[in-house]
Amino acid sequence: MTIAAKANSVWEYANPKKFLATSERVLPFFWVTSALCVGIGLIWGFFFTPDDYKQGSTVKIIYLHVPSALMAINCWLMMLATSLIWLIRRHHVSALAARAAAPVGIVMTLIALATGAIWGQPMWGTWWAWDPRLTSFLILFLFYLGYVALWQAIDDPDTAADLTSILCLVGSVFAILSRYAVNFWNQGLHQGASVMRAGAITGTDTEEKVSNVFFYPLLFCIIGFVLLFIALVLYRTGTEIRARRMRALLARERVGG
Amino acid sequence: MIALLLRDLKLAIRAGGGFGLGLAFFLIVTILVPFSVGPQSALLATIAPGVLWLGALLACLLSLDRLLALDWEDGSLDLLATAPLPLEGVVSIKALAHWITTGLPLVLAAPVLGVLLSLPGQGYVWLVISLLLGTPALSVIGTFGAALTVGLKRGGLLLSLLVLPLYVPTLIYGAEVARRGAIGMEVETPLLMLAGITAATVALLPFASAAVLRVNLR
Amino acid sequence: MTLKVSDLAIARGGIPVLEGLSFTLPPSAVLILRGPNGIGKTTLLRTLAGLQPALSGQIAGAEDQIAYASHADGIKPTLTVTENLRFWASVFGTADINTALQAFALSDLAHRPAGQLSAGQKRRLGLARMLVTGRPIWSLDEPTVSLDQNAVTLFADVIREHLGQGGSALIATHIDLGLDAKVLELAPFKAKPKPIDDTDGGFL
Repeated sequence: MTIAAKANSVWEYANPKKFLATSERVLPFFWVTSALCVGIGLIWGFFFTPDDYKQGSTVKIIYLHVPSALMAINCWLMMLATSLIWLIRRHHVSALAARAAAPVGIVMTLIALATGAIWGQPMWGTWWAWDPRLTSFLILFLFYLGYVALWQAIDDPDTAADLTSILCLVGSVFAILSRYAVNFWNQGLHQGASVMRAGAITGTDTEEKVSNVFFYPLLFCIIGFVLLFIALVLYRTGTEIRARRMRALLARERVGG
Repeated sequence: MIALLLRDLKLAIRAGGGFGLGLAFFLIVTILVPFSVGPQSALLATIAPGVLWLGALLACLLSLDRLLALDWEDGSLDLLATAPLPLEGVVSIKALAHWITTGLPLVLAAPVLGVLLSLPGQGYVWLVISLLLGTPALSVIGTFGAALTVGLKRGGLLLSLLVLPLYVPTLIYGAEVARRGAIGMEVETPLLMLAGITAATVALLPFASAAVLRVNLR
Repeated sequence: MTLKVSDLAIARGGIPVLEGLSFTLPPSAVLILRGPNGIGKTTLLRTLAGLQPALSGQIAGAEDQIAYASHADGIKPTLTVTENLRFWASVFGTADINTALQAFALSDLAHRPAGQLSAGQKRRLGLARMLVTGRPIWSLDEPTVSLDQNAVTLFADVIREHLGQGGSALIATHIDLGLDAKVLELAPFKAKPKPIDDTDGGFL
């Protein structure tokens, strides 16, 4: 009985009004903390960490590159989850959250690609290489574009939500397939995932590690980007809900209610 | 089901032009390549497998927007959806008809175009095998895209935008088989991956296409 | 086969159009749907045919029993009349198309490409499709559009014949077919706007 009551309480936020009321209350917290975290992380990272002995000061772009790359992928995962929730439980807010998140994901992907190019130029001597990671991100970018374009193209909001959700599911499978295909196609220049490796965090791993000096400001940046993402998605979802409500009211007026 | 396949084939042949259009496009794209990169046989031989794969892929894409749109406009899709055929079967048959009218001719024409691009002798077998294995996946994925955009007035461009990223894995493995075949490397790994992707898409994607089509028919 | 609809509510493009609709269509009966444009006749027929989900309510006895004819006839212009009909016959697993050709006086046109038919002839071909489906409940959306007086009589005869064999028909039409039919006026079932503050609402 208590479990059922708990489950209910989660889905309460699927009600647009409840969602709006709650998100408006928590949004200021997310805006402020994300600004603080990103601010601290960037200032600490840019001005109070030593230059890398090999990479010089260019390494500091990591404070933008890594968080945005992480969010670009996590945003798609969030869209996948909310798409599934829409398909299974038919909560409109869930579909609208997916719609709201997509442009944020596009921007994150672009930031990751751009900072990667700027970092790659001095490091590898080229703005762009068909490295598996870079290529995968480019493909992810194309998936985002198609997803947003499909949302834009369809008038009926429920139809659009259904179609984009299924596209998101199918696209996820193909994105993973592409990732493996691209890896097979070209082993690349990009260093391995250096942040999340256990050895890198504990500092026991001496090769290509991100040492603690760099890691703590980076952690701030990552947390900040997560909070920023949540804030942006909540805010944009609220906008989508209001737009949807406006459409519904206009439609009522048309049918003469 | 067979009746639907026969009808689609008959329509493709009678519709005048629809049938050979993809093939002609493939031919023209291939002919334009030497004009754009230069006539050196060595260079052409290197890029031939990739160019032929890309040409075949684009030719497949060309006829996709008519795949379901014609049946949508004249109401046939509504009637098919109320008929005692599962919609999954309908979209599979549609994909099969598309492959027979578009994919198969491309596979058969590819060796001829290979000659134009100085494809090395050992490459022909693998080119044909890779296209034979890969083009069914292109048709099935394309049918999914066509089902997504069937209700839209100008769905053609959107269709390309949606379908092309989904073509990436097939293109990578398919072209890799053809490329390795042409320079005499072993092709087993990409060949197996290509076959796996085709088998999986042919088996699973029709469910997604049918689901999408049901939404669009509402 | 009796079609039984109870307390049905349907929507078009997410906006409710009809609600609280109940009726029964027993074998050998015709029900004529009437109502102003935009009331939801087509939406109702599409919902009954299973092309779109109902908002609420029950539909019993409809699945795989309804032959649906929309505004569009689903005719391929490059196929002949016979080929068009034979295709639908094999989709529905029946064989005989001659009865249908004769019933709608299409025998002389049997080998003509459908693209060369006039609008009325095309419509007759579309209606002949109902006969080859072998399904008991016909659901027809404005079937007499572009038919001349003779063809309308022909159509009414076919309906009578169908009823004689235990079939039934649901017809959205404005003209009098001369059939002994019940009329269902849809206007009273027009969906009333819901109060602004309903639950998963928020939107409506």
